[in-house]
Amino acid sequence: MPDPILEVENLSVDYLMDSGPVRAVDDVSFTLGGREFLAIVGESGCGKSTLLFAIAQLLAPPAEVAAGSVKFQGTNLVRLSDKDLSAVRWRDISVVMQSAMNALNPVKSIGAQFKDAMRAHGKYSGQEITDRSAEVLKMVGIDPVHLRSYPHQLSGGMRQRSMIAMAMLFTPDLIIMDEPTSALDVVAQRALMVQIKELQEQFGFAIIFVTHDMSLVSHFSDRLMVMYAGQTAEVGATRDIFDRPQHPYTKGLLEAFPSVRGPKTPLKGITGSPPDLAQLPPGCRFQPRCPVAFDECLTHQPELYPVNASLARCLRVRDRQADPDRMKDGVR
Amino acid sequence: MRYALRRLGFFILTLWAALTINFFLPRLMPGNPADAMVSKYRGNITPATLHQLEVLFGLNTQQNLFFQYLHYLGQVLTGNFGTSLEFYPRSVSSMIGGALWWTLGLVGITTIIAFLLGTGIGIVSAWRRGGTLDSIVPPVFVITSAIPYFWVGLMLVLIFSFAVHAFPSAGAYYTSTDSPGLNLTFIQDVINHAFLPALALTITTIGTWILTMRNTMITTLAEDYVRMARAKGLPGRRIMFDYAARNAILPNLTGFAMSLGFVLSGAILVEDVFNYPGVGQLLLTAVHSEDYPLMQALFLLITVAVLLAILAADIITALLDPRTRTAR
Amino acid sequence: MAAPVTAERPAARQLPGGHALRRIGKAIRSNRKATAGTVLLVLFTLISLFPGVIAHDDPVQDAYTPRLGFSTAHLLGTNSFGQDLWSQVVYGTRNVLEIAIVVGLLTTGIAVIIGVAAAYLGGVWDGVLSVFTDILLVIPLFPLLIVIAAYTNGANMFVLIAAITLTGWSYTARQLRSQALTLRSRDFLEAARVRGERRLYVILVEVIPTMTSLIVASFLTNALYAILFSSGLQFVGLGDPNTVSWGTTLYWAQNEAALQTGYPQWAIAPGLCIAAMGAAFALLNYAFDEIGNPALRPVRRPRRRRNA
Repeated sequence: MPDPILEVENLSVDYLMDSGPVRAVDDVSFTLGGREFLAIVGESGCGKSTLLFAIAQLLAPPAEVAAGSVKFQGTNLVRLSDKDLSAVRWRDISVVMQSAMNALNPVKSIGAQFKDAMRAHGKYSGQEITDRSAEVLKMVGIDPVHLRSYPHQLSGGMRQRSMIAMAMLFTPDLIIMDEPTSALDVVAQRALMVQIKELQEQFGFAIIFVTHDMSLVSHFSDRLMVMYAGQTAEVGATRDIFDRPQHPYTKGLLEAFPSVRGPKTPLKGITGSPPDLAQLPPGCRFQPRCPVAFDECLTHQPELYPVNASLARCLRVRDRQADPDRMKDGVR
Repeated sequence: MRYALRRLGFFILTLWAALTINFFLPRLMPGNPADAMVSKYRGNITPATLHQLEVLFGLNTQQNLFFQYLHYLGQVLTGNFGTSLEFYPRSVSSMIGGALWWTLGLVGITTIIAFLLGTGIGIVSAWRRGGTLDSIVPPVFVITSAIPYFWVGLMLVLIFSFAVHAFPSAGAYYTSTDSPGLNLTFIQDVINHAFLPALALTITTIGTWILTMRNTMITTLAEDYVRMARAKGLPGRRIMFDYAARNAILPNLTGFAMSLGFVLSGAILVEDVFNYPGVGQLLLTAVHSEDYPLMQALFLLITVAVLLAILAADIITALLDPRTRTAR
Repeated sequence: MAAPVTAERPAARQLPGGHALRRIGKAIRSNRKATAGTVLLVLFTLISLFPGVIAHDDPVQDAYTPRLGFSTAHLLGTNSFGQDLWSQVVYGTRNVLEIAIVVGLLTTGIAVIIGVAAAYLGGVWDGVLSVFTDILLVIPLFPLLIVIAAYTNGANMFVLIAAITLTGWSYTARQLRSQALTLRSRDFLEAARVRGERRLYVILVEVIPTMTSLIVASFLTNALYAILFSSGLQFVGLGDPNTVSWGTTLYWAQNEAALQTGYPQWAIAPGLCIAAMGAAFALLNYAFDEIGNPALRPVRRPRRRRNA
């Protein structure tokens, strides 16, 4: 791929609790190309939102980056001073959050919040600000008259779209989205995804999209990263992961979603619940819930092993690469 | 609109409750305090005043309780609070009028300073969580809000009036040397005399402002829109004021108004220590001299003051919060 | 006597039943404010129970030469009536602590009953109780107490306790009602309801134990106000001038112009004690806020690894 715009290397994030640090994101690495759409999926508490905030340098105490680097266009954001970081914010990287009702200041009009963002990054005249604000609103299909509106006066879908508009103010190179569709109904969700994809195609920015809903991103993302208990479980091209899931967790997730077409198969959930990050099992983190775990899984922590064009954190994957035909416990 | 009507209804109800308390208390107390009051003053007052007292306190009357009550309400609601006994023949209203300005000044200045300084410290302390300011603010001000007002007053007098002769220890101005009016010496003198009482009141009340503001700020700072503001790269000061403080203060305004009751209570005690001629001292004088008409009127006045403050706070909150402004 | 400061107490942080008390014990030990407050309170309790251990004189006996200064015989000197000041202060502890605890308990009891009843009865009853509570909340309490004390010609212990209790429950009642309301819809209560338990059972066995932390905090708040109100009344001469209490000692100090005549310890000592006991309750109360709402706890600033 041409020069990636984002390189996350061995990023770890700790929450400093009274009883000691708890690692919420453990040694995550990935790269992102200029026009790529990367989806990060996982259950609640798997660390995906923490990862997102860590990348955007929006962690708040007691969370802090414990190790690793986040290189955006070559510069490590973790080591930047506040001043330099401010220059990058919004111009080059912007953020869209989960619930616009909570992410927009309730006592300021939409227009005033757009103005704040613009004023923070350069000297613009009042007219320039109004023009640009109207322009981005039109991009997402909102009448610019709503610049005067307050957040509570807009519908849920409109609020979410105005957040995306705000994120587009400087047509950044990277937009990070934290479950932007979760607060919407199914129809609005789809509409929003289509809109986001269109904007991406038109303006050519990269997207990191966090969600718990795999099926939502299946048609939109280029690459998919599945997280479990703070670690990357599997990462690869979206199509590959859906067609040939390697990690037992990914398989479990896919089997939990019914498909509209295809034969009717009984739904299978994944038994159990995610581990307490303060008390992790000694071996593989997924092992207690894994239908195909074997002895070594109890003691040995798997790395990310390459398989086809993806990576998967599973000992079976490691063994399959070494000896494709060997069976273990009757399972390959 | 409906909300406004409900609030207004509540205020009227509270006023009625205060009037009713005033009516029933002397009648319910053992030992018939009203009789004692009347016998103390009987020789010095006109029959008209005596009649007023009878209406207020139900003495010598054949009327049943209900009619007494109506009669009483009628009298009070027409603004007739009667004649002061201790300060006979001046009316209660005129006595209060004279003292009211002193207390307004004292409490007014104190509230403004405590509000500005208090919310300011609360905001900054929450903004810089874990910093030096934030680690000393809570324990220090938790303690200051537990100290009795009068003791702070006494200590200030001790230190600044007697040990170091910096400020006068009593009164509102030097009655012997000054002529009240808008001249510079008088104004300077007033400020001089008001300094210690105001300081005492501020020290004890500021704790509440600071701690409440800090607590709400901390909750507000965890909100998504604050994180969003950081993501936008907005300068820290703008986030602190425009995004966090503006939201944090809204739920507190009415609470601040309600705490006016405590500030006024503090003013009573501070005026006692400093012999300050405000309504607080007047109340205590009335109590000690069994001038019950004056005392009742002052109680009503203080209640009304708190109600007006709450009303003002409600209006200001509604104006500042666009959600209430634009709601149908 | 500033207006009370308590944080929003999110119901989600409450723990059911007996766990709460054990947690409270552990929390007290780990929170510095709570430890300080507890130590002070224990100290005062011991003093009030065994005053004779540290003070050898009868506080009311005016047998000594008036206006003596500090000495080993009279640690704080004597007042203008010839009474030993140290004894006055030590013996006065009991009166103040009694008022604090009795009023605290009674007031909290009333507040719990009214607050929880309003939340659970709902409808008209809630409306009536709430309006009643709000009215008492708005009416300034100290002036009301002054008026009551005026009519009784000075408030003795009984009147003080009764008056403060009957008027001071409104603030904590409101807080308790708020929390009870949020608990109404919690899952474990739904479970109890589905099991067919009667409302009273649900309230007594499930709800109130969950509110333990708030109830304890209410007790502390009410005790603090009892101290400040009662000593305030005594200070302005509306208490019983013959009781041995810090407030009355201060009253006499002011009356006899202690500050002006060079015997400031008469005013300093009892006031300091009131402040200390008040601070003890206030610190414990604030510590409870932090225990109940972890967001308020002291925060460690993360290591900043940025270049300036």
